[in-house]
Amino acid sequence: MTRDYTPSELLTVMASREMVGVNTIFAGVGIPLLAAILSQRTHSPGLTIIVEGGSIGPEVIPGKLPISTNEMRLSHRAQMLLGINEVFLLTQRGFLEVGFMGGAQIDRFGNVNTTVVGPYEKPRLRLPGSGGANDIISLCRHTVLVTPHERRRFVPKVDFVTSPGWLDGGDSRARSGLIFGGVSRVVTDLGLFGFEAGTKAMQIASLHPGVSLEQVVANTGFELIIPGTIPVTAEPTQEELDTVRALDPDRRFL
Amino acid sequence: MKTADFVEARRRLGEKSLKTTEKLTTLAKAVNLVRDGDHVAFGGCMFTRTPLALAMEILRQGRTGLTISKNLMCYEGEWFMAVDAAQNVITSWLGIGLPWGISRILREKGESGQLRLEDWSHMGLGMRYRAGAMGLPFLPTLTMLGSGLAEVTETRSMACPFTGQTLNLVPALFPDVALLHVHRADRYGNCQIDGYPFMDADIAAASTTVLVTAEEIVDEDEIRRHPDRTAIPGFMVDAVAHVPYGAYPHEMHGLYVADYAHYDTYVDAIKARGTGAIREYLDRFVYGAASHEAYLALFDGEVLKRNEQDAKELLG
Repeated sequence: MTRDYTPSELLTVMASREMVGVNTIFAGVGIPLLAAILSQRTHSPGLTIIVEGGSIGPEVIPGKLPISTNEMRLSHRAQMLLGINEVFLLTQRGFLEVGFMGGAQIDRFGNVNTTVVGPYEKPRLRLPGSGGANDIISLCRHTVLVTPHERRRFVPKVDFVTSPGWLDGGDSRARSGLIFGGVSRVVTDLGLFGFEAGTKAMQIASLHPGVSLEQVVANTGFELIIPGTIPVTAEPTQEELDTVRALDPDRRFL
Repeated sequence: MKTADFVEARRRLGEKSLKTTEKLTTLAKAVNLVRDGDHVAFGGCMFTRTPLALAMEILRQGRTGLTISKNLMCYEGEWFMAVDAAQNVITSWLGIGLPWGISRILREKGESGQLRLEDWSHMGLGMRYRAGAMGLPFLPTLTMLGSGLAEVTETRSMACPFTGQTLNLVPALFPDVALLHVHRADRYGNCQIDGYPFMDADIAAASTTVLVTAEEIVDEDEIRRHPDRTAIPGFMVDAVAHVPYGAYPHEMHGLYVADYAHYDTYVDAIKARGTGAIREYLDRFVYGAASHEAYLALFDGEVLKRNEQDAKELLG
């Protein structure tokens, strides 16, 4: 069976489904924000999207997708425009149910690196930095990571913990002072992943249609926990695909 | 960089004039108040309401040894790095945006170990400005804990004296100069902002000297008619210059949208010819244009008009 969608379209659709039943989400820039807008227009019409630039509850115009989380495009039909510090403070207070964000490197405990590849003082690759990612993953009630599934991204241990997931696993996150939240889900273009209750190590939750276990293992740089039976995620619907394509016709993100 | 002591910051504020007096001046004269070695903080965020005319004038006047800070730094940060005007960069993120890829000069300077960049989280840096604005030496937060960011920056953790809970403390930031671009100001420096407020008010209150450019200079009565829209009171402000399109090609809420095509051209040149293309860009748009008016004349008037129209439609 051939499938008529791209990996980034699949990724966006699968991420949007994670927002079903959620009321308030903190969306990071790129695919997470696109997925939030998709979810608002399909599964979750009452979803309040909150972004670090200060927009509360925007309704983005299809074809006018924001590139920055601070621009006018993201203020369209917003309910409120807050200061940046105020947005983070109400996240610290606990009003944000789910954070959605991407990442350059992700490890088996859901830690995210967007700072450096290689040593910090003299990196092989200098990346842009945290932005609000560290704050989202530290302060939301829980966080969903959204990323293409590539071996170079899925590393055993991130070179730098920009945004703390479960740190070294077990109760290490809480011991560091991060008593709220944590990474509950990783959405990739190959499958959905969760974290084992005690160890907090990444495990397979489901694989997307047509994806084999071998394919996932080959694209992951660490040992995933593999359950006895692995469910298959439901195919993207035509409505989901049509909506996401209409949102980003210039394919700045798709 | 050593964190400015909060007592010293208050002493410096004591030397600042708080008089209700004429603050209206030229862009060049406003920037005369920036000294070599100053910590210069930028209002706006990413490519929205960026004080670009002020940034460009600082480069024209050849200031050196600066520390620059901005929460999400766009290509104005690249300019200061490319001509070595800034020795230190305090930020949480640097680039133009995901479609334009990783900043080439950030990579070049970062990977050769030439760059002194402080890696904060967005909120961590925001709380540093907020602490400064509050006149406190630090603020406790629940962010940055357990991360690499806490290890490479000047943070401390402490046990809360009431609950025992571990808190992350971020030290106050007291910039020497704040650069802000606003929608309207009067001649006494009262500033009004439409759209996102970002952190401009915190940055203004934390800084010793506040320089403002405004799209429009309005009568004092106009400010007094809508005092709830005033974001920064005149007594904080040291100089105001009337600079229409003072954020362009970045965007200004309700007035003009960002010129993505201009970013494409800028980044394509860097991709084709390396980071030397940043200097070529500055030679044309900054050093080659004696004033902001001369700078604006380098853009296509039809594009400017379309960007104004698009801004109106977005709010419609």
